Amino acid sequence: MTSYLIQNASLLGEKTSDLAISSGVFVDPSSLDPSRDDVTTIDASGLIALPGLVDLHTHLRQPGMDHAETVLSGSKAAAAGGFTCVHAMANTAPVADSVGITDLVHRLGREAGYVEVRPIGAVTKGLEGSELAGIGGMANGEAQVRVFSDDGHCVSDSLVMRRALEYVSTFGGVIAQHAQDPRLTEGAQINEGALSSSLGLAGWPAVAEEAIIARDILLAEYTGARLHICHLSTKGSVEIVRQAKARGAKVTAEATPHHLLLTEELTAGYDPIFKVNPPLRTNEDVLAVRQGVADGTIDIVATDHAPHPTEAKDCAFDEAAFGMLGLEVAINVVQKALVDTGLLTWADVARVLSKTPAEIGGVEGYEQPFALGAPAHLALHDPTGEKLATMRYSKSQNNPYREITLPGSMRYTFYRGVATVIDAEVVPLGAPS
Amino acid sequence: MKHLLDTDTLGKDQAIALLDTAAEFSGIQARKVQKLPTLRGVSVANVFFEDSTRTRLSLESAAKKLSADVITFTGQGSSLSKGESLKDTAQTIEAMGTQIMVVRHSSSGAAWRLAHSGWLRSSVVNAGDGTHAHPTQALLDAYTMRSRLHQGAALGKDLDGVHVVIVGDIAHSRVARSNVHLLNTLGAKVTLVAPQTLMPPGVESWSVEASHNFDAALAEAPDVVMMLRVQHERMKGSHFPSPREYISRYGLSTERFQALKESTLVMHPGPMNRGVELSSVAADSPQSTILEQVTNGVWVRMAVLYSVYQQGEVN
Repeated sequence: MTSYLIQNASLLGEKTSDLAISSGVFVDPSSLDPSRDDVTTIDASGLIALPGLVDLHTHLRQPGMDHAETVLSGSKAAAAGGFTCVHAMANTAPVADSVGITDLVHRLGREAGYVEVRPIGAVTKGLEGSELAGIGGMANGEAQVRVFSDDGHCVSDSLVMRRALEYVSTFGGVIAQHAQDPRLTEGAQINEGALSSSLGLAGWPAVAEEAIIARDILLAEYTGARLHICHLSTKGSVEIVRQAKARGAKVTAEATPHHLLLTEELTAGYDPIFKVNPPLRTNEDVLAVRQGVADGTIDIVATDHAPHPTEAKDCAFDEAAFGMLGLEVAINVVQKALVDTGLLTWADVARVLSKTPAEIGGVEGYEQPFALGAPAHLALHDPTGEKLATMRYSKSQNNPYREITLPGSMRYTFYRGVATVIDAEVVPLGAPS
Repeated sequence: MKHLLDTDTLGKDQAIALLDTAAEFSGIQARKVQKLPTLRGVSVANVFFEDSTRTRLSLESAAKKLSADVITFTGQGSSLSKGESLKDTAQTIEAMGTQIMVVRHSSSGAAWRLAHSGWLRSSVVNAGDGTHAHPTQALLDAYTMRSRLHQGAALGKDLDGVHVVIVGDIAHSRVARSNVHLLNTLGAKVTLVAPQTLMPPGVESWSVEASHNFDAALAEAPDVVMMLRVQHERMKGSHFPSPREYISRYGLSTERFQALKESTLVMHPGPMNRGVELSSVAADSPQSTILEQVTNGVWVRMAVLYSVYQQGEVN
C-alpha cells in the first residue's frame, strides 16, 4: 500500500504543516522517508486540508434506479467532491425498509471502495407512513443502520412519528425528517408566493415545513428522542430550531448547498432543472439559512444529491421529478455561500461537512481531524480559481449550477489512506463498473 | 413576436396593433366569401393535450378563415399518462410540417417549454396552460371591451381609465392572470374579487385592487364586470362552505345586476354556470357580451396567427 507525504498543506485553513499517511492511517510525517519508492510526495502548498467529508443525505438510487445513479457512480461523484462517507437514502426500489436492502447497499459501497456507504433505513414500510419498517433488524445488520428517514415523504402522522422517535431512541438512532405537511402541499411545485401565483404553479408554502418541524421538536422533547431535520429551507424554520436549541431540545438540522445559494427566481423559465423538494426559496430565506449555519442553529450541510435521468427533467414543470445533483460541487457552493462571504472559516467547514454529520450518523473515525493513528480520511481543496460547475462522475446531469461559476476545486481525496482522487481526477480502483 | 405565450410580454403598442388587426379581420363578416388567402399554404397544428371544445373550434375557425391548413390533436389528461412526453408529441406533430403550433396543456408553462427548450422551430401560440396564462382570451376580452366602450371609433384606442372588476376563482384562473397583465398594459384599472381561499398568494404585489367584498366593488360603478367560472370540484366545501354561500356573496344575481349602471358590461369567458356565477337575467341582457366574446375570439385569433406567422418567417 502506497504511503503519502503531503507537504505544506494548510490544516483547516490555519497553520501550514505536513501530513503523512501510511497503512490507511495518519502517521507522523517524520516517520516517512520520501526517497523510498512506496512513498509518494504531494506538494500541497496553497491547498486547504480538510477531514474527509461526510454527507448525511445522498440518493444513490440503487437498487432499482440504476439508470439514474449506482452506488459506484455516486461513490465516485462523492469522492470527486472530497467525501469519504455518504448516507444513502432509503427511497430506492425496493425501499430500504428491511435489513436485506440496507445490507445490500452497504456491501455495494464496500465493493465500490471510494467512500463508506452508510445506508439510511426507512422509518415506515414502503415509505407509506403507516407501519414501522424493520428498524431493529436494520440497526443490528451488518450495516448497523443508525439514521432512519422516509425522505421524499414526510412522516406526517403524529402517532407514527412519536413511535418512531421512541423506538430508535433505545439504540441511539435518529429520525431524519423530511418536513412537509402533505395536505398543505398537494400538487406543490415551487415556493408559494407572488412568483408561484404569477407562474400558475401550485405553491409550497413555508408553513408546511415549519408546522412539521415545530410539531416534531415538541414530540422529540416529549419523548426525549433525538430528531434530525432534513434540508431545512425557510427563515421561519431557522427561527423555530434556534428557539428549540435554546431550550435544550435534542434536535439537529441540515441545509443543502442549493438552499444556501439558489433562489426561486430561477424557476421563472419553467426549467425543471430547478425543481427540488423543498423548493428553492426567496433570497431572504437563503440569507437566514446561511446565518443559521453560521451561528450553529443549523448543524450541518448535507447535499440531498438527487440524480434523475434526462427524461425526468425534459418535460413540463409539473410532470418533472424533484431533485438536483450536489456531491461534486457541495464544497464549492459552501465556499461561495459561506466561506467567501466570511460566515464560516475552513475549520467551521470541517465541522459542518465532516465532524458533526459523522456524529449525527454515528460514524466513527471523524472525531479529531488528522489525528495520528486515526483512519486517513482527507480532502485537499484548492480555494483559488473559479469555473462553471460540471458534473463529471454522476450518471445524471440534473445540474442546477451549470450556468454558475463556483470557486475552488477539490484536488485530492483519501479514504482510509487510499487515494480516490488525484489532481482532481477520480482514481480507477478496479471495481467492476 | 414569434410566439404568443402570455400577455405580460406584450407592449402597449403591440397589443393595440393586435387589436387593430383583429378589427380589420372582422371586416370579412360583411363579405360574401368570409375567407382571406393570408395564410394559404401555412400549416397550423392545434395541439390540445387538455380538451377545450370552444377554444379549439375558435382557433380552427380563425385558421381556416385565413386559408391555413389545420391539423388537430386532442389527448385527454396528461401526456405522460399516455406514455408520450410533451416534447415527443410536439416534435412528432411538427415533423409533419407545421409552422404554427397552438397548444393547450394542463401544465403551467407547457407552451413556454415548447417555445424555449430548443425542441421546436414552430411559432407557439398558447391556448391556455394550467393556471398560468390564456393570452388569446385576454386579447378577445380587451377587444370586446374596446369595441363596446369606444363603439365605432375603437381603432388605435387603449382602455385608459376603464374600471374592470373580475370576480371568481382568481387563484386558479389563467384568464384572470392574462387579463390583469393586458388590462394594466392598456391602462385599465382592475379590481379582483374573490373569497380569500380563491385569491392567489402574493396578490398584493400585483397591480390590482384585491377585495373580498363584491358589493363594495360594484358600488364603485365599474365599467366592466367579468365573472369567472368556478369549477365544481371547488364547490364541495374545499374552498368555500357551499354553492349557496358563494352565490350569495359573489354571484351576479339579478338584484346586483339591476343595480349596475346601464353602460356596465357583463362578461364571462365561458362556459358559464347559469345561476351560479351570474343569473340568466344578467347573462341574457343587452349588457352581456358573452356571445360577442365568442365571435370576437375568432378575429383576435386570426390576428394572433397572422402576427406570429409574419414574425416566425423573419426569424
